[in-house]
Amino acid sequence: MNIKPQALSAASAARLGRWLVSGPPLLYLLLFFAIPSLIMVLASFRSPGEFGGLAPLWEDGKLDLNLDSYARFFSEPIYAQIFLKSVWYALFTTLFCLVLAYPLAALIAQSPRRYRDLLLLLVILPFWSNFLIRIYAWMIILGPNAAVAKTVNGVLAWFGHEPVPLLFSSFAVLICLVYVHLPFMVLPLYANLEKHDQALLDAAQDLGANAWQRFWRITFPLSLPGVYAGAALVFIPALGIFAIPDILGGPGDSLIGNIIKQQFLETRDWPFGSVLSIVLTVAALALAGLAAWVGRRNLGTPSSAGDARA
Amino acid sequence: MRRQHLGLWLAAAAGYAFLYIPLVIVVAYSFNDSRLNAEWVGFTLDWYRRLFHNDDMLAAAGNSLLIALTASAVSTVLGTMAGVALYRYKSRLLPILVLAPIAIPEILMGVSLLIFFVLLNFTLGLASVALAHIAFCIGFVAIVVRARLAGTDETLTEAARDCGASPWNAFRYITLPLIMPGVIAGALMAFTLSIDDFVITFFTAGAGTVTLPLQIYSMIKIAVTPEVNAVSTLLMLLTLALIIIASKLSPSLLRSEEGIA
Repeated sequence: MNIKPQALSAASAARLGRWLVSGPPLLYLLLFFAIPSLIMVLASFRSPGEFGGLAPLWEDGKLDLNLDSYARFFSEPIYAQIFLKSVWYALFTTLFCLVLAYPLAALIAQSPRRYRDLLLLLVILPFWSNFLIRIYAWMIILGPNAAVAKTVNGVLAWFGHEPVPLLFSSFAVLICLVYVHLPFMVLPLYANLEKHDQALLDAAQDLGANAWQRFWRITFPLSLPGVYAGAALVFIPALGIFAIPDILGGPGDSLIGNIIKQQFLETRDWPFGSVLSIVLTVAALALAGLAAWVGRRNLGTPSSAGDARA
Repeated sequence: MRRQHLGLWLAAAAGYAFLYIPLVIVVAYSFNDSRLNAEWVGFTLDWYRRLFHNDDMLAAAGNSLLIALTASAVSTVLGTMAGVALYRYKSRLLPILVLAPIAIPEILMGVSLLIFFVLLNFTLGLASVALAHIAFCIGFVAIVVRARLAGTDETLTEAARDCGASPWNAFRYITLPLIMPGVIAGALMAFTLSIDDFVITFFTAGAGTVTLPLQIYSMIKIAVTPEVNAVSTLLMLLTLALIIIASKLSPSLLRSEEGIA
């Protein structure tokens, strides 16, 4: 791998070097990411096979390409409903993550520099523990014999209400969605809040702004780029989740991820599963694009020209 | 302490409690002398003892280890190359290919690889899982390596080239030692991501191959038992230790949202 520079002209050596460095990862990702994704797009225009998978591409002199699976998505309202429900769950998750993440990020940004790394690490660590373990933890906490359920149902009984199951419910799904995605919101928010200029808040205080006004009129508007980045990082993965409703949800809690999983592993209708996956991708990309666009636009407006990036 | 500070402290403390109480409960009940994860009965190591006599669990752990070692080794090499390429060269395609697998919902990569392997008649198993893991680990390694490169002095590499070092030697003796902490941090992250991965493994493993997360999944779908707590505790100890080391080596892991996404 010892390329003698003198053997090649400088320009072609540079080009060769560039290809030797970027070529292998590029090829790998083309083969194991880009091509599979394209195959999935193609699969969405095919017919399902008799025994699952795809029907033959060429049969009886006819090319098997059609919009049947797309038509099915738009003609059977149940799928649009489930999709909308997934959007609602993801929005709810994003909102609650924001409410929980804000004080965490603000506290870390305000604490002495030497503690910040530790406090931040403490937020990230749970994210790096196994995904299923974090779901499993809520199975224990919300289980029918656990203290939480007994307390809640004790209070409900006191008011003469029937006991409610906490596990296998929308409540369990939502609380776990928030739990799993919280670190995604804290990090970008902290990265933004850390750069705020304390002088702005001091000036506002001198001019008589109270704590709430200082937060609502200065800190919060300046933190919006962080909020949008965090919202995209929470919303997109939350939209495609299937394990949480699968494990913690009741029968009515199936989200788009569960339907995709079902299409690929149970009913084995690949074309329809591909259509659902594409709808999910488009929604995720559209929202990421929206977040980036709103974030950029917001940076340009005069109200935030105090510049959170300074 | 001012009042607003107290309020902030309380809210943040609640946030930390929310993050940690569930994990503490999992760990605590792994030492509980009761089949039900409901109340504390007494201390035992019995669940750990059972774990080491559970052949399914040991086989799953072996598979996970094999996949994670392969995936982290290959993705560290490819991811380092990608990180260097992202830093040095302007390219439109590479950043998209490197970052997209991280940005899109995991299930999409899982199902598209499932179609891909089945259409190619590639038998689903250890190899298909490892190939899939490499694909999503490359991006994480690349991000850490690129961040490390951004913090090093590239003129050193240029000086070596000017002194007549071949591009490979300049990389081997100058650039690589400088970015080594980032490379190691990336390798540790890749190992952790691979050994923890559930979603993509779920779609690419096929029927006969079980990894630790798949084993945990099938156990909790049937019933909650403290054996799951025990294996969870061990897995958490391993991955958290690796991530703490990685974040020491590469503080950029903490510095930006990139460290997590």
